[in-house]
Amino acid sequence: MTSATLPASITRRDRGLTGRLSDTLWRHPQLFVAILLIPPLLWLGIIYVGSLFALLAQSFFSIDDFSGLVTYELTLSTYGQLWSDANFDIIVRTVLMAALVTLASAVVAFPIAYYAARYARGRMKAFFYLAVMLPLWSSYLVKVYAWKLILAKEGILTWFVGKLHLTWLLDAWLALPIIGGSSLSVSYTGTFLVFLYVWMPFMILPIQASLERVPGNLIEASADLGATPGQTFRSVIFPLALPGIVAGSIFTFSLTLGDYIIPQIVGSSRLFIGQAVYAQQGTAGNIPLAAAFSVVPIVIMALYLTAAKRMGAFNAL
Amino acid sequence: MRSDRSTSAPLPLKIAAGAGLLFLHVPILIIFLYAFTTEEKSYQFPPPGLTLQWFAVTWNRPDVWAALTLSVKVASIATVIALVLGTLTAAAVSQTRFFGREAVSLLVILPIALPGIITGIALRSAFSILDIPFSTWTIVLGHATFCIVVVYNNAVARFRRISGSLVEASMDLGADGFQTFRYVILPNIGTALLAGGMLAFALSFDEVIVTTFTGGQQSTLPIWMLEELIRPRQRPVTNVVAMVVVLVTFLPILAAYYLTRDGDQVAGSGK
Repeated sequence: MTSATLPASITRRDRGLTGRLSDTLWRHPQLFVAILLIPPLLWLGIIYVGSLFALLAQSFFSIDDFSGLVTYELTLSTYGQLWSDANFDIIVRTVLMAALVTLASAVVAFPIAYYAARYARGRMKAFFYLAVMLPLWSSYLVKVYAWKLILAKEGILTWFVGKLHLTWLLDAWLALPIIGGSSLSVSYTGTFLVFLYVWMPFMILPIQASLERVPGNLIEASADLGATPGQTFRSVIFPLALPGIVAGSIFTFSLTLGDYIIPQIVGSSRLFIGQAVYAQQGTAGNIPLAAAFSVVPIVIMALYLTAAKRMGAFNAL
Repeated sequence: MRSDRSTSAPLPLKIAAGAGLLFLHVPILIIFLYAFTTEEKSYQFPPPGLTLQWFAVTWNRPDVWAALTLSVKVASIATVIALVLGTLTAAAVSQTRFFGREAVSLLVILPIALPGIITGIALRSAFSILDIPFSTWTIVLGHATFCIVVVYNNAVARFRRISGSLVEASMDLGADGFQTFRYVILPNIGTALLAGGMLAFALSFDEVIVTTFTGGQQSTLPIWMLEELIRPRQRPVTNVVAMVVVLVTFLPILAAYYLTRDGDQVAGSGK
């Protein structure tokens, strides 16, 4: 066979600048990857990681109590302030709230995910998917606003409870210490409900994904071996769904941990971590303490992610 | 051989799943009801009467229009930047293996994995260190950073489904790298990019936490709403804006769903 019978494009040498450039990139895949990665890495590296380090560096400075100016000497005293009673209370309160919201989200999300994974087929499945995605993606502030309408003293919930003749129950609940208050919209109960509503959809899809991977015959085998549905759930379904629950809990926990808008709009005047950061950097002008406060959720999430990785949660994402 | 699965769910499960879905949707429906209420001062329920007048009032509010314009502008620019950077990263991560690949995907996810307040305060302190004045571009800078991940996720999933043999076939037939990209890769990833872009737009359009730190005195639509939530001035206008925001964000989500739904039929996926 002579070269004359080959397609012209293979034998042709003069392929122009773009052709030669493309050949060079094909022959040097490392160069190609480098060219692809330079713009995003520059953007994320300089703008994001750069800002992050600038912030973290400031947590090692302190503020002069008299002048109110930042002293640029390395010190751990700002971190020491986190352990004062008032600040430590804020941290405990936030972590506790995040944990409660996560647990409640798992309880509410599980039946939805279970139905969607095991029973919904065809159009029903698409319906379930959209029914979860639309609230998940719809405007955060509008959702918070809707709950302000619901929880207000003259709002829907009070009206509904009144119709059911259960006003005494609501009043008794509001009379409770800590979780109560003069109305639901200024109580921890209200804050909790809004957090649950806003972050719960993030729990459904990971649980559904992990449940869909449980083979149906495993459940039948369990039943054939004489397990009651309850036993099958406890010893077959739940352990297999656990990585999905942990994966979902990463979202609900992290999002609750850093939120400062919900407790500001629906809640008592006691602060959460996000509000403390906001107040310290804004009105108080104490950037070092704000920076130290924002390290707290980073550390907590790093520990949480390490634990989650051990439980295989990342395969369920 | 698997025996026929029992088709119907147990009743308690149906009730729990239904109640969960109601919990998710009733609050959003309430927004629609309140846009028509005649009550101006409080959140009274049930509404004493229904009216359309607040739509006209909202239409004539210049501050609402200004906020909406700024939001659309920021979201559009941020989406374009995120599309370029997200696609580049996805192409690099999915097509080849290289040292530090895990670190790159972690870096992309980080802005959304860390609480928004940290991204916000970090950017703000960087702006103040560098003496950068607040502008539309400072908002865009923050938004584009966390929108990259949305485009990246969509693109990476699609890139993985494109068979490598398709690209090789194109090269064998004499196309150079750019032609292969233009005629083979782009048509295959097009809908995924469109979907990613729409989600990025929706994410940016709705963002409030980072914007409170990077916006200065400017108000995007979510910032406008936040101010109304903290210090209500005219509740009926807020109700109407809330309803419009819900409708505006639903469209890109629905479109993104229909665009990625048929992704399994991408050419070359059945290798």
